[in-house]
Amino acid sequence: MGHVPNPRPAGDFRTSYVDDNRMFKTHFEKYAALGILVAVMIAAPFLGNYWVSQLIVIGIYAIAAIGLNILVGTTGQISLGHGAFFGFGAFASAWLATSFNVPTLISMPAAALLTTAVGMIFGVPAARIKGLYLAIATLASQFILEDFFARADWFSGGVYGALADRPDIFGYVLDTDLSYFYLVLFWLVLSVIGVTNLLRSRDGRALVAVRDHYLSAEVMGVNLTKYRILSFGISSFFAGLAGALFGHYLEYVSVEGFTILLSIQFLAMIIIGGLGSVYGSILGAAFILLLPQLMESITSVMAVAFPAMESGKAYVKQMSIGAAIILFLIFEPEGLVHRWQQIRASWKLFPFSR
Amino acid sequence: MKWDLFFQLLVNGLIVGMLYGVVAMCFVLIYKSTQVVNFAQGEFLVLGAWVCLALVTQMQLPFFLAFIFTLIFMAIFGIVVQTVILRPLIGEPIISVIMVTIGLSIFMQSLMNWVFGNDAKRFPDVFGSSDVVSIMGLNVEVAYLLSLVLSVVIMAVFFWFFRFTRHGLAMRATAFDQQIAQSLGISVKQTFAMAWAISAMVSGVAGIVIGIVNSVSNSLAFVGIKVFPAVILGGLDSIVGAVVGGIIIGVLENLAEYADGQWLKIGNLYTIAPFYVLIIILMIKPYGLFGTKDIERI
Repeated sequence: MGHVPNPRPAGDFRTSYVDDNRMFKTHFEKYAALGILVAVMIAAPFLGNYWVSQLIVIGIYAIAAIGLNILVGTTGQISLGHGAFFGFGAFASAWLATSFNVPTLISMPAAALLTTAVGMIFGVPAARIKGLYLAIATLASQFILEDFFARADWFSGGVYGALADRPDIFGYVLDTDLSYFYLVLFWLVLSVIGVTNLLRSRDGRALVAVRDHYLSAEVMGVNLTKYRILSFGISSFFAGLAGALFGHYLEYVSVEGFTILLSIQFLAMIIIGGLGSVYGSILGAAFILLLPQLMESITSVMAVAFPAMESGKAYVKQMSIGAAIILFLIFEPEGLVHRWQQIRASWKLFPFSR
Repeated sequence: MKWDLFFQLLVNGLIVGMLYGVVAMCFVLIYKSTQVVNFAQGEFLVLGAWVCLALVTQMQLPFFLAFIFTLIFMAIFGIVVQTVILRPLIGEPIISVIMVTIGLSIFMQSLMNWVFGNDAKRFPDVFGSSDVVSIMGLNVEVAYLLSLVLSVVIMAVFFWFFRFTRHGLAMRATAFDQQIAQSLGISVKQTFAMAWAISAMVSGVAGIVIGIVNSVSNSLAFVGIKVFPAVILGGLDSIVGAVVGGIIIGVLENLAEYADGQWLKIGNLYTIAPFYVLIIILMIKPYGLFGTKDIERI
């Protein structure tokens, strides 16, 4: 891990705290983000169904990963139950929509709020414990919630699962992938803006203080209990929102979909993307979703030469995720974002970079 | 109340609890000496069972020989995992260490699914292990008794190793303070590797025993997750606590099954009860029954 120099052009200094605290550090960053957003919006209709559906799932996972990144990357807590909260959001939205006839567009954020409440309940142990103990406590919450989904027929439909209709806007049903993609994109952009702003607020700085040295933070007057539980709440909010989007996208929520493996995938996304980085979460989500598919096609190609590989296709997918986690932690613990910063820095400093 | 069923479940719980205790001991051993939480402990167990089964059924080795080879294999495997995967992460934050073992666990899971298949396979009858003996009116399978004996033996060997051998003393010293141990001439690297080797070996034995009692399948890895309530209950850094916690959890889940079947009729309480207990323990006594409380100084 080399030191990454400041990517600002020479002579462009920050002269006030407001300057230092901007959402986009440079003009280039601002226009690049806007440019990518507009490009994706324009390109989506021409991509074909397969890629649009991939983009939808990436977007949904990215929202959940952004939430988890607040908890893990920013506050320094850990959660092995994020997948279950994601599932809770999916069921809650389907439940609100079918049992209470809440319009789907409203049931999604409402489900996110319900998930927030549940997340805060499971976050209560987090007020006292940290690190490894917390990991195990959240592991327990994963199993307890999974058990709840299978058991609570009134809520989740039990073993049959729950049906979730596509949302409609004033009678226009978002029944194509393309229209749904714009809905996901809307929530993703909103999440990115929300979280980026949260991180530069007083509360965001308090969360970072809890991560960096919780005792000092407490001495400085940060209410530890409040911020630890709050970070659980915020992260569950995004998990619930993403889960709701996921449920209504598949139009069916199954009990089996939200196992510990999903929680691990979310953790893998933020580790591979970069802990504490909002854009890293999006990169990580894309990486974790596309890597198994890439590996599958590679295996298919190799199976031509070695027929023994054919039977391993299904397993290679999961193996690639495990291997990616291990390799990233050993060789690039700060994730894709850090790698990108290094590439950018070496361009900038070209003749002098390493 | 059906007393005979109650006692049957109690005995089952005790025997299964001893096995949990053994696996929990392996877990605590790694945690205590290297400060790594091994989320892949369950997979270690399954790997041991599969390797032994493969040696017995495919290579047609006698069971005893297969057992020895499995032990050697697991020891080497533990050392390789420690040196290749965990050594680079020394000094990294705890989440990295947790995640790397989780990554290892899902990697091993899918690899074993691929190599050994998804189906459960039975061990060939080794010691007439499926016979049933009657002890004081309770029917107990020979395999269960065998596992009980083996658990006790493993625990005794653990005790002897740490109490009376040079290496055991070195490991305790390293667990106490790595810097001091190193300055006294103990190779910390070697000690770490040894902790992993022993832990993998003993997990392998536990895997073989559970494989003989039930049958070998990848779902055995769930024992590795059941171990968490046990170690938290006992205290993460206490080997005695691990054994006690394991037994309590084993008995508790069987009692939960009894209560469930007799009165509550919820179903599936067996698998989930330990996790409720876990949450409660963490709320009232986070360092467990025998664990040392962290005191942080600035």
